[in-house]
Amino acid sequence: MYKILLKQDLVPQIHLFRMAAPAVAQKARAGQFVVVRIDEKGERIPLTIADWDEKEGTVTIVFMEVGATTARLALLGEGDSIADFVGPLGIPAEIKKFGTVVCVAGGVGAAPVAPIARELKKAGNKIITILGARSHDLLFWEDELQSASDQMIVTTDDGSYGRKGVVTEPLKELLESGEKIDRVVAIGPVVMMKFCSLTTLPFKVETIVSLNPIMVDGTGMCGCCRVAVGGETKFACVDGPDFDGHKVDWDLLAARQRIYLGEEKCAYEEWQKSHPSSRS
Amino acid sequence: MAKLNLNRVAMSRQAPKKRAKNFNEVALGYSWEQAQEEASRCIQCPKRNCVEGCPVEVDIPDFIKAIREDDMPEAVRILKSKNALPGICGRVCPQETQCEATCTLAKKEAPIAIGRLERFVADWERANMGATKKRPKSPKSTDKKIAVVGSGPAGLTAAAELARLGHGVTIFEALHVAGGVLMYGIPEFRLPKEIVQAEVDYVASLGVKIELDSVVGKLATLDEIVAQGYDAIFLGTGAGLPMFMGYPSENLNGIYSANEFLTRVNLMKAYLFPDYDTPVKIGKQVAVIGGGNVAMDSARCALRLGADKVYIVYRRSEAEMPARREEVENAMEEGIEFKLLTNPKKFLGNEQNWVVGMECHEMELGEPDESGRRRPVVKEGSEFTIDVDEVIVALGTRPNPLIASTTPGLDTTKWGTVVADEATGKTVKDRVWAGGDIVTGAATVISAMGAGKVAAADMDRFLRG
Repeated sequence: MYKILLKQDLVPQIHLFRMAAPAVAQKARAGQFVVVRIDEKGERIPLTIADWDEKEGTVTIVFMEVGATTARLALLGEGDSIADFVGPLGIPAEIKKFGTVVCVAGGVGAAPVAPIARELKKAGNKIITILGARSHDLLFWEDELQSASDQMIVTTDDGSYGRKGVVTEPLKELLESGEKIDRVVAIGPVVMMKFCSLTTLPFKVETIVSLNPIMVDGTGMCGCCRVAVGGETKFACVDGPDFDGHKVDWDLLAARQRIYLGEEKCAYEEWQKSHPSSRS
Repeated sequence: MAKLNLNRVAMSRQAPKKRAKNFNEVALGYSWEQAQEEASRCIQCPKRNCVEGCPVEVDIPDFIKAIREDDMPEAVRILKSKNALPGICGRVCPQETQCEATCTLAKKEAPIAIGRLERFVADWERANMGATKKRPKSPKSTDKKIAVVGSGPAGLTAAAELARLGHGVTIFEALHVAGGVLMYGIPEFRLPKEIVQAEVDYVASLGVKIELDSVVGKLATLDEIVAQGYDAIFLGTGAGLPMFMGYPSENLNGIYSANEFLTRVNLMKAYLFPDYDTPVKIGKQVAVIGGGNVAMDSARCALRLGADKVYIVYRRSEAEMPARREEVENAMEEGIEFKLLTNPKKFLGNEQNWVVGMECHEMELGEPDESGRRRPVVKEGSEFTIDVDEVIVALGTRPNPLIASTTPGLDTTKWGTVVADEATGKTVKDRVWAGGDIVTGAATVISAMGAGKVAAADMDRFLRG
């Protein structure tokens, strides 16, 4: 069992758990993920590592309520435990001195971007961060990202905070500004990562995305998470999760994320029926 | 000498129509009377050919004699002194090519049903003694620490052997339960998970520590494990990486690797969704590609989940099928349709990326290939399409590269298997032994157990050096 030492509700539907997981904490690197299972009947879901502390033996995860499992997870609090916390999985993000790196974080993507931006900054890069959310009340970790960045741009779709618009607009302006951009790291919803990649493509700036297909074991055993990159099939769990955004087959990823739409809806409705007070 | 009794006692099974709709065990086991009758057929030959046919050298005539004398605790003792996992082996070992093939009565086409008797003894113990209650005497501790990586049949066997010899053993398992392929791969109706758990518990009762959720290669490399103070390592991580056909159309929704499909159904209990959280697609027209036991297991699971039609699509003929005869017969009885000498050419999808059909070639058998089986060749102009809404690819597995890729000094083949001495299990890397599917590629439970045993003996020699 793995204990929840700290819980924060970052925004209404996005939560942070700091977990006691000393062995995982020793090995965690930016860009890696863990597989979590709540209890005996739970499913295994992958969640990106948002932070870790080797000395304390803790690993921090951030998740959004999108279905029955994450809604069930959100009901847990400090002192509660979950059955399984497996990791660190996947290949760590590439950290070295590139020059100037633009980190684009969309929605819940702020959490995985934060440690990558921090480590890239430590490696001597100039970090320009673009943080986007639908509206101000869904925005979190502005401070965390700010502290890892030399320059920070915040956007909201509805203009309730920062600049009105989507993250690809300032991204395009940066690329057009003539400043030499050596690399872009974009993490967030599939559609956001796809359009960031399309934005950088004409500028030929290497763009790294972190893919989040459905997984079961997370160790290369099942092939559920297969994605097509440059025409080749890859397993996101062991070959990724980071890939060259210019080569990813985005439509395939989006289609494969919908495999269990019907079952997920059924499970979520069942769960909501039994937890009327939790309905949002 | 008494007249030979050549009437093998049949084991009753659930009726095909009934069992095709449930996940309960198909084979029901012997009654006491049936076991007595079958045991009494054993002629107790002085030359024990059956023992030679057993990869873990169970003293077969002795435990059969004990059954006959109705001394069940003695039968249990004899069996378990050589085999820590008899309930599992009694169910899934291919006895027909091992102990039963070398049985003297096999010449008369009526070998003793050794597997059924083994199962009878194991089931008797679980029902009457409790698998873990009576702990075997603890041997004198050697103060040696051993890491076993993987808790499938090879790892469990090596761990049990080493613990019995007094070594301190810790198993590291990547998944959330121990048992490896016995838990995630082989379905409930062929090998109930309760039985696997009981035998895992037995291994733990010998003093073996089991660390779940521990992905070696990620959480710690082999070199780090040695640095933590372990004296030796046994690698039994199996062949967990699924092989696909390599067609671009293979990533359509509804196309599963057998590993994923079986993991969802067996390990995650998707057949109990939504009570259990993990879903699996219930296909109406399901094609399973392959002719091995895993293909049979997948097809029979799909049927039990509620498919209208399940096909086995295999490129050779029935004679070349690698699956156990018994499992092929079970599948046929349950109504699985076999499309033999048939190979998929490509998968057809709809606009939502869902698989809707499979274009196939008819095949014919040509000259024998390197496996000794006649090579299937495409019959030109024979293309035809099958409507399917789910495809399960059961073309075999390879070792997961996770450990080899993080372990300098380990020798691997082009198939990703780890090179180890057949007689000792020793790899070229200091303090590291390996056995089971990681060395041989996908094979059987009992051969993995045999390899675990061989390696344990050599590790013991090394540790006592």
